[in-house]
Amino acid sequence: MTPLLTCKQFLEELSDYLDENADPEVRARLEKHISECPNCFVICDTTKKTIRVYKGMDPYPIPNDVESRLMAALEKKMAAKAH
Amino acid sequence: MTVASQQPDVSDEAALVSQAREGDAKAFATLVRRYEAKIFRLAQHVTQNREDAEDVLQETFLKAYEHLDQFQGNSKFYTWLVRIAVNQALMKLRKRKTDRSVSLDDTIDTGEDTVAREIASWDENPEQRYSREEMNQILTAAIESLAPPYRTVFVLRDVDELSTEETAEALDLSIPAVKSRLLRARLQLRDKLTRYFKRKGDDAFAYL
Repeated sequence: MTPLLTCKQFLEELSDYLDENADPEVRARLEKHISECPNCFVICDTTKKTIRVYKGMDPYPIPNDVESRLMAALEKKMAAKAH
Repeated sequence: MTVASQQPDVSDEAALVSQAREGDAKAFATLVRRYEAKIFRLAQHVTQNREDAEDVLQETFLKAYEHLDQFQGNSKFYTWLVRIAVNQALMKLRKRKTDRSVSLDDTIDTGEDTVAREIASWDENPEQRYSREEMNQILTAAIESLAPPYRTVFVLRDVDELSTEETAEALDLSIPAVKSRLLRARLQLRDKLTRYFKRKGDDAFAYL
């Protein structure tokens, strides 16, 4: 019989588990662990939510003045390269 | 179905890069507009300084334009840009913090920082408790409190959604290093966000 994972071992595998990269055997052991360990269940669930809120984060809209300066610098560079 | 229609972005991008390489300014401007906001965000996360971030943004695209012939096309154009941007940003950090060198290989703690300080359930949709603007402030402040090696990996993997392999390539790190930094970043952020998102009435021992 495979020994139960410790919480530390569970946490080490958590990222792969959440990214769905854990292989099936490891996955089954992780799922068994969270079904029996309330703390790891909460950590797993809240880490999943952490990843989710960041995926929905807006990119900083680039301020117009920053973009104009970028484009001006590029035009200057392009003009220099063309000559 | 043609290959082009399966991967429209990639083929469109390769065409834009080759047009830009031949001197087509419009093609390069299209590439700039596609990625400027992401590069600016990344630069702000790494430098934590708006003025430096703007410099990094400019330097990244100027260097990219100058060295376009060195882009191999084996990786995504964005990954290549990130590599330039991260190098520029680290140079800025080094200039600012002359008392100590800064690199993405700064010694990082092993293990202790993954210990959760607070274990409490969150609301099902914690983001609904805050306005969009408040959410962005909370999330940005949490990222900025991470050490640079974690911050950069986290932004590339979980905000920009690069793969582990692309992140490793962009940062010149091994895949295990990316994975371990990502894990620590995620766990630290989870811990930091718990104070904003925990379900009301729960305490650390509610489950015991």
